[in-house]
Amino acid sequence: MSSFLSMKMQSYIIQMLFLLLTACGDSQLNNPYADDEGKLSVLYQSFSERPKHLDPAVAYSENEYAFLAQIYEPPFQYHYLKRPYQLTPLTANKMPEINYLNKSAEKLGKDAKDSDIAYTDYIIDIKPDINFQPHPALAKNAQGQFSYLSITEAELQSVNTLSDFKNTGTRELTAEDYVYQIKRLAHPKIQSPIAEIMKNYIVGFEDFSKQVSDKKKTDLKNLTIAGVEAISRYQYRIRIKGKYPQFIFWLAMPFFSPMPWEADVFYDQPGLSDKNITLDWFPIGTGPYLLSENNPNRRMILLKNPLFHLEKYPSEGEGGDKQNGLLMDAGKKLPFIDKVVFMLEKETIPYWTKFLQGYYDASGIASDSFDQAIQFTGSGGIALTDSMKEKGIKLQTLVETSIFYMGFNMMDATVGGDSERARKLRQAIAIVVDYEEYISIFRNGRGIIAQGVIPPGIYGYAEGKEGINHYTYDWINNREQRKKIAEARQLMAEAGYSNGIDPKTKEALILYFDTTSVSIDDRPSMNWYRKQFEKLGIKLVIRGTDYNRFQEKMRSGNEQIFIWGWNVDYPDPENLFFLLYGPNSKVKYGGENAVNYQNPKFDRLFEQMRNMDNNEQRYQIIQELQEVVRHDAPWIFGFHPKNFSLFHSWYKNQKSNLMANNRLKYTRIDAVARTEKRQLWNRPIFWPLVVGLFLFVALLIPAINAYRRRAKETLQ
Amino acid sequence: MIHYIIRRFLYAFPLLMGVNILTFVLFFIVNSPDDMARMQLGQKHVTEQSINNWKQQHGYDVPLLWNADATGEEKITRTIFYQKSVGLFLFRFGVSDSGRNIGADIQERMWPSLALALPTLCVGLMVDITFALLMVLFRGSYLEQSGIVLCVILMSISSLFYIIGGQFFIAKLLRLVPISGYDDGLAAIKFLVLPVLIGVCSGIGSGVRWYRTLFLEEVEKDYVRTARAKGLTETQTLFQHVLRNALIPILTGVVVILPLLFMGSLIMESFFSIPGLGSYTIDAINSQDFAIVRAMVFLGSVLYVIGLLLTDISYTLVDPRVRLS
Repeated sequence: MSSFLSMKMQSYIIQMLFLLLTACGDSQLNNPYADDEGKLSVLYQSFSERPKHLDPAVAYSENEYAFLAQIYEPPFQYHYLKRPYQLTPLTANKMPEINYLNKSAEKLGKDAKDSDIAYTDYIIDIKPDINFQPHPALAKNAQGQFSYLSITEAELQSVNTLSDFKNTGTRELTAEDYVYQIKRLAHPKIQSPIAEIMKNYIVGFEDFSKQVSDKKKTDLKNLTIAGVEAISRYQYRIRIKGKYPQFIFWLAMPFFSPMPWEADVFYDQPGLSDKNITLDWFPIGTGPYLLSENNPNRRMILLKNPLFHLEKYPSEGEGGDKQNGLLMDAGKKLPFIDKVVFMLEKETIPYWTKFLQGYYDASGIASDSFDQAIQFTGSGGIALTDSMKEKGIKLQTLVETSIFYMGFNMMDATVGGDSERARKLRQAIAIVVDYEEYISIFRNGRGIIAQGVIPPGIYGYAEGKEGINHYTYDWINNREQRKKIAEARQLMAEAGYSNGIDPKTKEALILYFDTTSVSIDDRPSMNWYRKQFEKLGIKLVIRGTDYNRFQEKMRSGNEQIFIWGWNVDYPDPENLFFLLYGPNSKVKYGGENAVNYQNPKFDRLFEQMRNMDNNEQRYQIIQELQEVVRHDAPWIFGFHPKNFSLFHSWYKNQKSNLMANNRLKYTRIDAVARTEKRQLWNRPIFWPLVVGLFLFVALLIPAINAYRRRAKETLQ
Repeated sequence: MIHYIIRRFLYAFPLLMGVNILTFVLFFIVNSPDDMARMQLGQKHVTEQSINNWKQQHGYDVPLLWNADATGEEKITRTIFYQKSVGLFLFRFGVSDSGRNIGADIQERMWPSLALALPTLCVGLMVDITFALLMVLFRGSYLEQSGIVLCVILMSISSLFYIIGGQFFIAKLLRLVPISGYDDGLAAIKFLVLPVLIGVCSGIGSGVRWYRTLFLEEVEKDYVRTARAKGLTETQTLFQHVLRNALIPILTGVVVILPLLFMGSLIMESFFSIPGLGSYTIDAINSQDFAIVRAMVFLGSVLYVIGLLLTDISYTLVDPRVRLS
């Protein structure tokens, strides 16, 4: 009997194994996507942090713009291919008409003196026939009345999400929608992060903000703001104070996207926010995509906006774009991709694995997978590893328009101030903090040394000998070379700190480094900083602190040395030099000048430069500003990070653009090629399971035999 | 028993109040409302005016615990503590600092947590008990010794290793399941196989050893000897008598954690991108969202109190000698 059972069992196991081995065939058991893509062109991306806000008046971070820029459309955008970065019309018909006015609001000539210009008018014409995406806020019934702008409590009970509203509607975009959004920026309840900045520029913005402080958002429609006005259905005017050429860049940011007044009326209805149905969660735009699913705890899905207006792929780019295949879709209607799926990935290992399996179309490179992806060539260059090349993966690198620097608090008695002693001390430290080594050790070579305030790609950046920091580098054999430590020691001696000895204490000079890098992973980099200062005999004390206390120290000026960074809002040197402008001092005025640097010459040059158009004179002033900062050394210019991106071969039209966030509409997916590769790369492997199972059974057999023997013994 | 349950609920009230106050004090020792505002407003262009504005909009512009400027009962009611914490006792969790309704978020996110935790618990319990019984069955043999060594090895391995190793071997090398992700309904199964398997495997070492101890204690008792003397086989003795009598300590361990299954697993949810309450709490702590932190701590406390109460009640069900009074 037992022999029969075991035979039967064996046969059953063999059948099961056969089924297991054959049932799945070429199917991808590890495919994380359940949806059948059909003929849709779908792009798969990931995000690691849920966007806090999707209201264009509030959102201000990169992870929010990744979604918003595909949905909302400000009047202008950055050209996708051309470099240097260049603005082009988006919903606008043409670039704005800019008029300078005097104090009496009379029009001045284009060459008017800055001192004569009291106001600047930006007159913007938008294209007709642009429609908002289908949305319940715009739905109307047969009588032409809004279906959902006065929902009853009974109607609300059956609603749990936005898609529970069965009807949607649309309407044409008008200039009033842009004006309305600017009013929203001013409303204190909306808490726009740029409200305080715009108070300094847009005429009447501050007064309007006070006027509406006790009013509901829905009242904004009928109130007027002095400096912003819809001139006609398709034209509006923004009046700003004085001359501020950088204002045009703000008009390419989502803050200045249009918002239909109906959206606020719809979302402000009682009960909707309790169900998390808010404008901050369900956007309403005119862009190429609409947010069809917003579950940032798992995934967010963008679908092609069926009402998207006509926009075509650019037919011109910069040199090399044609060779790189970036103009193959020139003149074709945008967007190419039907659906974009963003999956939440918090950990780098699953994210990287899915990219290698073909389930994500693009990826960054985390430090723990860097060696798998990148190898250094003999000449010091970088290249993809063979395993990446086999998969047809492509690499793109781009220096970011950001800077990381080491700042000296200029209000500090030891390292700060404009005395010769303090300046030489700072210059000496700037020589010994070897950021080339830092980039190599801690960033896998992903960065370039900053020689001044301006990163590459921003007007005023100088290359070669002209662009080096002569206080820290020498130009030898056609390349920059960091000055020798002996020169730094000489500077220390001139500053009164021979061999790093503080004359007051007769002991090693002690400096304090304030940082939020307190985890065990940060220890190597902190030790590295300590060692850099030791080269001069300086004892660096690391003062680790939490983020809140660090911010407090910065606000009160209680820090001495720190690391800080800045990512530009727009491609203009003004957005970098303002970080050192005296009236932006953090301690005195709560501004962004974190080092509290104050130099009348710098301030005068900055004021002159900021309002100028890009020309030779401006370029020279920028170089003068660089020289002043290099001489005074309130910052040790650290590095400009270098971004490494990987793309699969089926992901087309990829060109890094640090200013344009609405890049998705230009990209294309070869879905057939992707399906083939996925099948090839993801065939399940069963044999280890079978072996494991046999081993387990093999282990059990002696146990069963032993048990049987024991059972018989008990019976005896 | 009804009186007992009511009394236990009444005891819970001051306990929960204490937890609430403690959470409040600890949170605001580390973060001031200004810090919270800065965290929410981001790093660029944040002015004092915008901070004050944020505090006013979110109700953080009043004193923390005592409003000396107010009169009468408003000295207490016009404080952050009163306005933010009292609603919790009515399970009104309010709105998070980023503007989301917390109650709705919890309702949505507790199901994925439960979908992961419940199978892990059930399968884990079955596997642990089975292996523990097998070890008892083969006690004194090389199998038991090998089992103990294996359990100690399994216990000594970090749970992170199980996760990373499991993802590498099963999802990356063998390509049998997705490495991470989640879906609704039955489609969630393929995403849950791996985390459940890892959850079960990582708990085998400690679980089996614990249950083996309980069973060994029972097998030496007189009733087991009587059962054997009656002619029952060792398997019948173990499954029909020993297992039943060892249920009380097993229940103590299991029932108390049942309500907490809703709260999710911090590491597993993060590594497997499961949108549960564990990752919700971690995200809230990282973004200094006090509203969510206090709601989750309060909910955790309530569920723990309920778990203890359920344990007491379950005693009476499995052991008729126990009476609650």
